[in-house]
Amino acid sequence: MSGASDELLTAGAQALRERAGDWLERKDRPDWTAQDQAELDAWLEEDPAHLIAYWRVEGAWERSLRLRVMRPSVSAARPSRFKSENWLKRIAVPFAAVAAAGVLAAFLLAKPNERLISTGIGEHKIVSLGDGSRVELNTDTVLKVDVSPERRLASIQKGEAYFQIAHDPEHPFVVSAGDHRITVLGTKFTVHREAGKLEVALLEGRIWLDENANEHGGHGMLLTPGDKVVSQGAKLVKLEERPDTLQNELGWRSGMLIFKFTTLADAAAQFNRYNRQKLVVADAAAAKLKIIGSFPTNDVNMFVRASKQLFGLHAEHRGNQIVLSR
Amino acid sequence: MTPHALKDWFQREVLPLEAILVTYLRQNWRDQSNIEDLLHDVYLQVYRGARERLPENPRAFVFTTARNLLISRVRRHNIVPIETVADLDALGVAIDTPDQERSTIARDELRRLQTAMDRLPPKYRDVVVMRRLDDLSRAEIAVRLGLSEETVTTYLRRGMCALADMLYAGQSSLTKGEP
Repeated sequence: MSGASDELLTAGAQALRERAGDWLERKDRPDWTAQDQAELDAWLEEDPAHLIAYWRVEGAWERSLRLRVMRPSVSAARPSRFKSENWLKRIAVPFAAVAAAGVLAAFLLAKPNERLISTGIGEHKIVSLGDGSRVELNTDTVLKVDVSPERRLASIQKGEAYFQIAHDPEHPFVVSAGDHRITVLGTKFTVHREAGKLEVALLEGRIWLDENANEHGGHGMLLTPGDKVVSQGAKLVKLEERPDTLQNELGWRSGMLIFKFTTLADAAAQFNRYNRQKLVVADAAAAKLKIIGSFPTNDVNMFVRASKQLFGLHAEHRGNQIVLSR
Repeated sequence: MTPHALKDWFQREVLPLEAILVTYLRQNWRDQSNIEDLLHDVYLQVYRGARERLPENPRAFVFTTARNLLISRVRRHNIVPIETVADLDALGVAIDTPDQERSTIARDELRRLQTAMDRLPPKYRDVVVMRRLDDLSRAEIAVRLGLSEETVTTYLRRGMCALADMLYAGQSSLTKGEP
């Protein structure tokens, strides 16, 4: 193999990468059309080498989006004077330390800082985590937390928790829920995990959510305030909620269930999370009735009285159950 | 195998091995001028192999492919002195290691991205950060940095390439001789 032809080949590999970069840059422009996409597709199909070069530059670009989680909140994201160098430098080193600590932690069996926080049915607990963060546990919840000067980790086993995380860009707070993982720097959000179902809602700041983090590591999404994500099987789907809807769902923090056009079946299911006395809606027509109103989470009887008066339902006590029917 | 799943797999499992793969190629191939070409060929072989069925242990698959490629080249050009491939078997250790790095890679990704971004030449980095993280348009970036839109476009294109080089290879030829 002659030196000249080697150089030519190497120049070829480099040229191909630049070509792929050129496509990606064009695709990133707002005037990208279906026609352009067709041309790109044709170029990619021409040669697997094109495909690989494009995957490489696109892979890095797609993933770089997750660095947004480390940016200041939206309003502060457009500073008059730009300081990319500062924030990058400030965060890079401690972040490496955190990641190294995380890797190390995985190999240590003993976790001296880990503690279990839980609530029984109908209980409500507010716990300070020692770093300025607070977590509020709703009914029937189990949470493991591991917060120290080196790392901030939590894992929700079941139930619902509202997190108010103190801002600390050097130590991201990581909440895992089964295979999913949430990374935050300083935000307010809720996580609700029950019977294989997961809901995450963001009130302030930004969070990064990794889907099936243990299996893939590549899939994730950025959440901004008002976003709510629910699991559908192994997939996570983003919904956009009105901020007041999210506030209503947080009524439990003040001991209230807030219903707005909620079906009787859903309302009963929500009450059942908080009480040992379980509501059963016996007929399908009654289950579809819609309710507006606020009720104390622990006052099933108030809810039953309201249902009787408003809808003319019958309530029958059977042991641990209250059966509602027409 | 859908094309999407193949791409997903390639980006997730294969590309993060690039830096260590390049090190391996450098250690086992005397002519250092065509390493990128070798890398390119390894990727093509891996792509073709994975198109049929995704390998269970991507790391072992990638390195076995690299080794076979080097051996076939040695055979084809039997002028290559034997010591070029003398270290090949030392690699056996790496190949047989179970694929335990996967979770480490996932956990490390944010840090690796951060480091890659941090090591971009400042003029590319500013443009990439403004476009990608602040979601500013090319025109807005041009105004802020006092550049023409054309220059912003050029920096963005090179920045995209350099980001991939930094993230996957740990270095970029685009940044040689940069301040």
